Amino acid sequence: MSTYDASFRVWRGDTGGGELTDFTVEVNDGEVVLDIIHRLQATQAPDLAVRWNCKAGKCGSCSAEINGRPRLMCMTRMSVFDPADVITVTPLRAFPVVRDLVTDVGFNYTKAREVPAFVPPKGVAPGEYRMQQIDVERSQEFRKCIECFLCQDTCHVVRDHEENKGAFAGPRFLMRVAELDMHPLDAASEAGLDRKATAQDEHGLGYCNITKCCTEVCPEHIKITDNALIPLKERAADRKYDPLVWLGSRIRRRDS
Amino acid sequence: MTQLERQQWDVVVVGAGGAGLRAAIEARERGARTAVICKSLFGKAHTVMAEGGIAASMGNVNSGDNWQVHFRDTMRGGKFLNQWRMAELHAREAPERVWELETWGALFDRTADGRISQRNFGGHEYPRLAHVGDRTGLELIRTLQQKIVSLQQEDKKEFGDYEARLKVFQECTVTRVLKEDERVSGAFCYERESGRFFVLEAPAVVLATGGIGKSFKVTSNSWEYTGDGHALALLAGAPLLNMEFVQFHPTGMVWPPSVKGILVTESVRGDGGVLRNSEGKRFMFDYVPDVFKEKYAESEEEGDRWYEDPDHNRRPPELLPRDEVARAINAEVKAGRGTPHGGVFLDVSTRMPAEVIRRRLPSMYHQFKELADVDITAEAMEVGPTCHYVMGGIAVESDTAAARGVPGLFAAGEVAGGMHGSNRLGGNSLSDLLVFGRRAGLHAAEYAASLAARPAVDEIQIDTAAAEALRPFSAEAPEDGSPVENPYTLHQELQQAMNDLVGIIRREGEMHQALRKLAELRMRARRAGVEGHRQFNPGWHLALDLRNMLLVSECVARAALERTESRGGHTREDWPSMDRAWRRVNLLCHLADPTEGLAPPDSERGQIRLVREETDPIRADLLSLFEKEELVKYLAEEELYE
Repeated sequence: MSTYDASFRVWRGDTGGGELTDFTVEVNDGEVVLDIIHRLQATQAPDLAVRWNCKAGKCGSCSAEINGRPRLMCMTRMSVFDPADVITVTPLRAFPVVRDLVTDVGFNYTKAREVPAFVPPKGVAPGEYRMQQIDVERSQEFRKCIECFLCQDTCHVVRDHEENKGAFAGPRFLMRVAELDMHPLDAASEAGLDRKATAQDEHGLGYCNITKCCTEVCPEHIKITDNALIPLKERAADRKYDPLVWLGSRIRRRDS
Repeated sequence: MTQLERQQWDVVVVGAGGAGLRAAIEARERGARTAVICKSLFGKAHTVMAEGGIAASMGNVNSGDNWQVHFRDTMRGGKFLNQWRMAELHAREAPERVWELETWGALFDRTADGRISQRNFGGHEYPRLAHVGDRTGLELIRTLQQKIVSLQQEDKKEFGDYEARLKVFQECTVTRVLKEDERVSGAFCYERESGRFFVLEAPAVVLATGGIGKSFKVTSNSWEYTGDGHALALLAGAPLLNMEFVQFHPTGMVWPPSVKGILVTESVRGDGGVLRNSEGKRFMFDYVPDVFKEKYAESEEEGDRWYEDPDHNRRPPELLPRDEVARAINAEVKAGRGTPHGGVFLDVSTRMPAEVIRRRLPSMYHQFKELADVDITAEAMEVGPTCHYVMGGIAVESDTAAARGVPGLFAAGEVAGGMHGSNRLGGNSLSDLLVFGRRAGLHAAEYAASLAARPAVDEIQIDTAAAEALRPFSAEAPEDGSPVENPYTLHQELQQAMNDLVGIIRREGEMHQALRKLAELRMRARRAGVEGHRQFNPGWHLALDLRNMLLVSECVARAALERTESRGGHTREDWPSMDRAWRRVNLLCHLADPTEGLAPPDSERGQIRLVREETDPIRADLLSLFEKEELVKYLAEEELYE
């Protein structure tokens, strides 16, 4: 087994500011960046703040930026770097720092609450749901999401534009709207909820200009842009410009 | 009087995994104002790591399945030590709990006729596990999380406040359950981000904190699994049940070292994967124990035919319950027939086309590719046992999930004991979470509503809890000049000791050695010091968690030393066979320390007192589900003729 000493630069600080701190730390065969951060905690910086849980790419807790790129620390193998490289680890840039590598990801929880939940179909008892595999697979792809928020972090609509956060749900939650919209049994429209329209009007779908940055960083390899956001845009556009839909919405409005 | 924030709730749920969230949903729907408090972010709980599925006898794939068959399999898997009423409720209610998830938006894999698909798993007679590829736990957590959000959206409409009746305190930790006399009065907590203390005053507390795996070195468990709920219950005066039973999952990754222990789902075997030793032999055929002889294939040919024609063939022995497979792997490696990295081979590459593997086992494919450079569609995986689950836990009433001896305290999920007996079947954990999470939430809400007056919070308990939590900041170096202890070092020593001395195969001498080591660590842990301040300080958090891990580890070691037989997740090299007389014995761990963990404990006697208790006789109609010939293997003579 081979071992070497790596150079790490880790951002340390809190809401009041901070700086990159240099460390020299042992690296062994097969290790990932999170192992090295843990070694720093155990040997050099016991109060180094970092979030992590499963260490297997399943929970989406250990998101950070490694050499400027949003990644899961537990799925970034040290073998992708040259032993001579200086590895820089910084907190997610789109969210306010709490301490060291921990950021306040409250934005995402706020947005999650703004997406109306699944609407169960009336008159279908539990146990009576029938769906074909091919029909559930579209939404299943989006439900692979581990909520690491890397897509939210990298999306240029909010990455350096704090002012857009109010109007824009971000790729993860626009994808959630798409997931519900494609759910074979979601009864939102029967309940008077037009998910396509809300994507556009309430969740800021129009801000997305399909640069696919979100898809690139997704550790689950979900095709966020191609399979969720573009189809949602197409559907929203269909509704907006379909004269029949337009007429229908006028008539309904007059009734109420 | 300590100045801190206090809030009043009807029910406080500790833990936001499957059991905690299901309990919270139920309590809130029964009208209780409910607070959930969890160590991680909402939606990150350990439940996301469950891969294979949720066991429920819906009979969608094989209509021969029903709750009685599921009950039978569960009792066999647990070697009849299960709290049988829990096993019965679990088998009866699991299908409803799964169907309910669909009404909250869950999307399971489907059968050709559009129902929920079900897959084979170890110890289950029929295909029984509802699943979503190999990420079922994520689907479960996300569905429950989204149901919580939908309840909050209702409250927003009604009260203008998302958190009017259901609030999640994320990244917060409970260090003490507070009581007035015998009854629960609340919980003492700290917020990880700020280090700030606060008290949730509530007459009912549901513990749903999961397991204890972080006391072992090789484990599939995340950092959160430090036995918090087990310790909180002990410290509050509730006993733990049968803590010697710890499940070592047979297939964890063994290479590279940094991922050692990460789980390789049993679905790999359920879907056709086979185990081979370094000589290429499918060794499991040599390890079928007598109690299971009639139920498993005797030849590879028969085992292979079973996947296509389960009605006329017996299942392959790779699908024996987990304890059997883990011991077999251990024995093969010990006999020198292991792989280069000390495991055995688990192979699907020669059994299924590559594209089927990628579809059915996507996260396993991903995990091996990215972490070990192994393409499981082309080569075999190397796997070995990893600490996975604790069957022991808080002793509860079967129907209500109420902890014994402490009114107002409830427990559900892995932290509760009894349901799985001496060994849990794969897939029975997620169903357990749902069935008993719901029951705990229901009865906690009813209990809270039934009280005429709420138990008062005792200020002295709050002061003491605050002082206890702050102690690591003022740890004193001992007089002999040795330094303050590093909590990370103590944790590593604890994990090594439990792994080596109270692991998968146990010996009397080693367990005595473990108890001495635990006593030493307990003394040193009192001097564990931390650097820095209270804001998001992992060293401090670990120093506090050590108390819980040490308490729980002592329970495991003492109970394991006491039980002089081998059964399920407890294997004694010096007592290698199952003893029918022990089937009727529950071992209860009580806190023996009158200061409730505050004073330096006596190193010899430790903090735990063991009490033997006779189990309730199994109800006659449930016993009659088994053949007499089978019961003879488990039950003592007098039980058979009663």
